[in-house]
Amino acid sequence: MSAVIENHHDDHHHGPAKGITRWLYTTNHKDIGTLYLWFSFAMFLIGGAMAMVIRAELFQPGMQIVEPEFYNQMITLHGLIMIFGGVMPAFVGLANWLVPMMIGAPDMALPRMNNLSFWILPFAFFILLSSLFMEGGAPNFGWTFYAPLSTTYAPPSVTFFIFSVHIMGASSIMGSINVVVTIMNMRAPGVDLMKMPLFVWSWLITAYLLIAVMPVLAGAVTMMLMDIHFGTSFFNAAGGGDPVLFQHIFWFFGHPEVYIMILPAFGIVSHIIETFSRKQLFGYSSMVWAMLSIAILSFVVWAHHMFTVGLPLAAEIFFMWATMLIAVPTGVKVFNWVATMFRGSLTFETPMLFAISFVVLFTIGGLSGLMLAIVPADFQYHDTYFVVAHFHYVLVPGAIFSIMAAVYYWIPKWCGNMYDERLGKLHFWLSFIGVNVTFFPQHFIGLAGMPRRYPDYSLIFADWNMVSSVGAFLFGFSQLLFLFIVIKTVMGGKKATDQVWDGAKGLEWTVASPAPYHTFSTPPKVD
Amino acid sequence: MIYKLFNLSKKNISIFLFFVASPIIKADWFALNMTRGSTDISNEVFELHMLIFWICVAIGVLVFGVMFYSMWAHTKKKNPVPATFHENHKLEIAWTIIPFLILIAMAVPASKTLVKIYDDEAGDINIQVTGYQWKWQYNYLEDDVSFFSNLSTDLDEIYNLVPKGENYLQEVDEMVVIPAGKKVRFLITANDVIHSWWLPAFAIKQDAIPGFVNTAWTVVDKPGIYRGKCTELCGKNHGFMPIVVKVVEQSEYDDWVYGKKQEAIKLAELTTKEWTTGELMERGEGIYQVNCVACHQTSGEGITGIFPALAGSDIVMNNKDRNIEILMEGVQGAAMNSFSYLSEVELAAVITYTRQSWGNAEKGDGEIVIPKDIVDYKEPKI
Repeated sequence: MSAVIENHHDDHHHGPAKGITRWLYTTNHKDIGTLYLWFSFAMFLIGGAMAMVIRAELFQPGMQIVEPEFYNQMITLHGLIMIFGGVMPAFVGLANWLVPMMIGAPDMALPRMNNLSFWILPFAFFILLSSLFMEGGAPNFGWTFYAPLSTTYAPPSVTFFIFSVHIMGASSIMGSINVVVTIMNMRAPGVDLMKMPLFVWSWLITAYLLIAVMPVLAGAVTMMLMDIHFGTSFFNAAGGGDPVLFQHIFWFFGHPEVYIMILPAFGIVSHIIETFSRKQLFGYSSMVWAMLSIAILSFVVWAHHMFTVGLPLAAEIFFMWATMLIAVPTGVKVFNWVATMFRGSLTFETPMLFAISFVVLFTIGGLSGLMLAIVPADFQYHDTYFVVAHFHYVLVPGAIFSIMAAVYYWIPKWCGNMYDERLGKLHFWLSFIGVNVTFFPQHFIGLAGMPRRYPDYSLIFADWNMVSSVGAFLFGFSQLLFLFIVIKTVMGGKKATDQVWDGAKGLEWTVASPAPYHTFSTPPKVD
Repeated sequence: MIYKLFNLSKKNISIFLFFVASPIIKADWFALNMTRGSTDISNEVFELHMLIFWICVAIGVLVFGVMFYSMWAHTKKKNPVPATFHENHKLEIAWTIIPFLILIAMAVPASKTLVKIYDDEAGDINIQVTGYQWKWQYNYLEDDVSFFSNLSTDLDEIYNLVPKGENYLQEVDEMVVIPAGKKVRFLITANDVIHSWWLPAFAIKQDAIPGFVNTAWTVVDKPGIYRGKCTELCGKNHGFMPIVVKVVEQSEYDDWVYGKKQEAIKLAELTTKEWTTGELMERGEGIYQVNCVACHQTSGEGITGIFPALAGSDIVMNNKDRNIEILMEGVQGAAMNSFSYLSEVELAAVITYTRQSWGNAEKGDGEIVIPKDIVDYKEPKI
């Protein structure tokens, strides 16, 4: 792919406004991307602080630091904030920054809606976090908020939680519509669908998934609201309702949701591995097809979260086989990354280190996921720390490592400065060791029989819980180093070239570093 | 400066490694895996688990092996000119088909075991298991025996005031007793929120859902004590409602059933006995500790915003009839459930306890409730 660069923007009418209004009124995709990324970083630190509280309580058996009631609030908010506040807005931020530049578009297709979809998010999380100070405390029913614990038996703040989820949903839907419209209509001439960078493909698929399932989540919380305040009995067995219905609806949203959190990571990692292997991606079209198959299959596997609710035998077998089928396209992706590295010319800068450990650790999470799909074995694994280990392996060294890799990879383009490679590597190694010391022992704890969401545990689980807590503190505090590195890079540092990485391909590397406020006001020419 | 903090001297690295590594070295290296359990099914599940585990390990070794080899052999230094190959249909078809076949090899035995687990014919003994916040009720359908099973670990152990016992958080005041070698079927349901009844040694985990009855069965040949837990978040004391099953020989089981029936007869006689305030208070305190303290707290203060205070409550102090009604019927739309499953004596005792404690007697009417009041309440109203 080659491009002709277009490089004029000294026209001061088109530069950023001064002061706070720049950020409040901005319709610029780069500004909005920055806002999303900083917001998600803040949420990552808040959700992380909650994880620290959880691990501190679990450091030893017995109740030491918090009461069970507050512990439940912590696990609930930790999950909600990391998913809806940490991972998802970070990916939306990356999409905002990168999608227009990657397809040679001047901006997102719907810039004002873009502004709105970001600016309602802080309110959603303000409402959610404020519930900590309400009478009865914050939501305490787990991020999966199973009825009737989240309806009849919930604290009064559940209504605020519902409102907050609605706002997050609206933000996600608007963001996704924007991504779809941008990709469908604003590609520069020559950027065919099957020539789009994989990150753009991954986001196109993610956006469709979001549009499909966020309304389902909105439906679930609305039914809860009706049950709580308007006397309906959707989920109340005493009134003729069905508590299991809640789980079906929730996981019909929830399973595609977990792929929403991993597909953009697939895109990011493909770019980084390609760049630092200095070799063309092994199979571009099979990568696209694999993502599409994963997305489609994600709609027919939801009940694997519910193997113990008493489904009929036929349903158990169907959902087991369907779930195992997902391993095929996922395997294709992993094999592709390995084949791309094979006989490449590898260097190990920080983004590559994060990307490689993504492949290894995400695969470990994928393999434990395969184990969880086996129904009879799942009767032993379900709702134990084995599950906690599994989903943290796919979400922390999976989704979050890919976001960190993306930040190191593209930050020279965003702010024109190189990050400090020595500190970046240090951050990587601390995170890598921290993540594994935290989550690997949780496999053992789970197999030995410790259920999740327990504030206290029997003595046989004590040793590995302590190890896990030590790892968690290491991982948690290492992220302050990440914050320091990012701030340091924004403030200054070695100037980055336009190309930044010698093996990097794609339109975003053809513009200046830092990327000018407006890029591709006239479309580039792409072969 | 931050560089000083992260000065990678040998000393700093070894201090760092010491902090991370010492708990790992000290940890129990034998508590790493699932256990076989004690039934044919749990053995089969264990074998299945190990089968998939080793398949996953093999896949991991293969894939990561190629990757690590490439990271070692194909660095920019050793291989300055990258290869240019991409897309190879034969290879791509192979890495699609082969995983597919491996998956089938795993799914077939798994499905077979599942079919066995799903045999839901009636057992020799059928026990209804009901989850409550935060205890289990067991109801032997054939023998008409029914009781609650509560955590018996002392609060002082939980709050680190005394050393923790061997069965910390895994002990109950009353165990489920089943005979060895008999097919026992559990009919699992719940009274309030969703719970989940998990007994790892039997490989049984079934959600207890209000309005639904799930079934699970087991045959345990070896007498002994088996411990399990609640595995679905059910509120504050989710971590404090363990399950303990005692498997005994048939003759011992028959004796146990006989003993439980005698107990029930004695309890019924207590209803007509004359009770003093002191006796009711003494009995009531124990019942309060088991059934009420989780929400309303030892101090009777409750938890602001969720669980109302009983100390100084107008109903508890001055409205005996409403007091009885709440315990019998529960409160619609709130966490307070009906406690009508308690005996008349127990209800009278616990109500009396709350009406006499925390200064309620002095501030309110000070009336006590006797078992007869509860019997009267239960009489059909004309």
